[in-house]
Amino acid sequence: MSAADRTIPPPSPTRRAKDLAFRLALLGCLGISVLLLGVLLYDVIKDGAGHLDMHFLTSFTSISADKAGAQAAIWGTIWLMGICGVFIVPVGVATAIYLEEYADDARWYNRLIEVNIQNLAAVPSVVYGILGLAFLVRGPLALGNTVLAGGLTLGLLVLPVVIISGREAIRAVPPSIREGSRALGATQWQTIWRQVLPASIPGIATGVILALSRAIGETAPLIVVGAATVIAFNPDGLDSQFTALPIQIFDWISRASNDVNNYKPLAAAAILLLMIMLLAMNSVAIWLRNRYEQKW
Amino acid sequence: MEASTTAAGTRAVPTLGAARRRWGEDLIKAILILAAMISVLTTTGIVVALLRETIDFFGEVGVWDFLSGGKWTPLFEPPSFGVRPLVVGTFLITGIALLVAAPLGLGAAIFLSEYARTRVRKAIKPALELLAGVPTIVFGYFALTFFTPNILQDLLHLKVNIFNALAAGVIMGFMIIPTIASVAEDAMSAVPASLREGAYGLGASKLHVSMRVVFPAALSGIVAAIVLGVSRAVGETMIVLVASGQVASNSLNPADPHYSLASFIGSTAGGDTPTGSIEYKTIFAVGMLLFVITLIMNLISIRFVRKYRQVYE
Repeated sequence: MSAADRTIPPPSPTRRAKDLAFRLALLGCLGISVLLLGVLLYDVIKDGAGHLDMHFLTSFTSISADKAGAQAAIWGTIWLMGICGVFIVPVGVATAIYLEEYADDARWYNRLIEVNIQNLAAVPSVVYGILGLAFLVRGPLALGNTVLAGGLTLGLLVLPVVIISGREAIRAVPPSIREGSRALGATQWQTIWRQVLPASIPGIATGVILALSRAIGETAPLIVVGAATVIAFNPDGLDSQFTALPIQIFDWISRASNDVNNYKPLAAAAILLLMIMLLAMNSVAIWLRNRYEQKW
Repeated sequence: MEASTTAAGTRAVPTLGAARRRWGEDLIKAILILAAMISVLTTTGIVVALLRETIDFFGEVGVWDFLSGGKWTPLFEPPSFGVRPLVVGTFLITGIALLVAAPLGLGAAIFLSEYARTRVRKAIKPALELLAGVPTIVFGYFALTFFTPNILQDLLHLKVNIFNALAAGVIMGFMIIPTIASVAEDAMSAVPASLREGAYGLGASKLHVSMRVVFPAALSGIVAAIVLGVSRAVGETMIVLVASGQVASNSLNPADPHYSLASFIGSTAGGDTPTGSIEYKTIFAVGMLLFVITLIMNLISIRFVRKYRQVYE
């Protein structure tokens, strides 16, 4: 047998062609997704950019489309995000600390909390609206259709996001840091407060921003808890009625357009504003992640 | 160990005494537990809220009439509470979404896991994350004002209603692509390199390695990804509400308008529905059905994810 017989033959042309076709098909899968995103952004910008001006930002909604603006919705969204943030930061971080630093996995109740959070993360958002309607708006708390009820409903909805990312950030702090601190005589809480938390703040902050950026676009739960659609005032307290950008968008989409009133550009402008806010939040999250990510 | 030597009469080694009880530490732990309880309370709250009104609802409407009836007119006189049209609409739209998202999402996952270099992956992932972050109301707007008139009607010349299940389903498919792609990619990346190297050693091409080695090896994670995508599609409210109209229909024609479980809740529950009215109870009964369907899917998905983790980690 000669040496040439023992070499591996080069791949046949058909096999190469198949490989190439497969690679192109896979690339096409990604390409279509990115293309759709591009078309969506282009469509929104084309329809809405012309309307996104000071008048739009500072006027209230109106029965006449060319006078309408989104001021009440913008302030409503800011209030909602504020309430949501004040709720999710302490509760989410405390839960994450408990699960990572204190909870003993062997105990059934700690496993229950974990499975429970996993499941909560996948409950449809409209069901959270039902929860808010039954317990926050009506029922025991009876807050009414207020911005507080709306903000807390959104808070419950995105709490799992904060907890899950908070746990990852806390877990990334190496045990040697904790052991060093405890060896110097610090108590468990002193260790967490002075060593673990400062080291995991970038990760936690990223999680909080991602949670808020999910909350800011949620529409269904706010509809269910009774956000108003036509409101000509900004929220002036926790017990104020409210609207929000997604609700305002939904209202403008639902209104039939005719010769006199064309609401489509208004909806597009509000979507554009919402997407700009989202993009800004996501950029901050990515920047935080890259800037402060600690390699141990 | 030290204790035995000291007990034997040598000089006592100074030891650290037992720490004194720190009430502050206990208090902090109690507060943390309370915070963790909020998430358990949320689940309990959801179940209690849904159960209470659903039981009330079934006091007035037969369980069988609800689950098997084919006519959904709860707000008309005489009311009829057959939920089948909502279920048909939900799964018709979910099915269309899956037809779009399963091939595209899995294709994207294979590319990212097997073909893309690190640099390419770093560039593509944020784009997918951005797609995942688009609020669903925006997808609804896009389906209604662009996809139906410009693509379905003008470009493809399909005879579809302006509100139709097809547009809602296709756009919803794009909404769940990032979910499917990212969970499936995790599963494929978890397949040990030795499996791939073994196949290459036997002369397999990249196509063979991807489809006959990695794909089957990651199958449980891929199933989990798809189930998770389906569960998101079933629970999606705004795309259906905006783009698919509000008509309870048993038709299987995707060109027609359709209601879904979630979109019925979204359109019926304004804040002013009087507590105790049949309208109010109907929202909760439909919510219960939706919650049970998505819960079952999530449990299945979690089980499948566990399976692939056990095998390879």
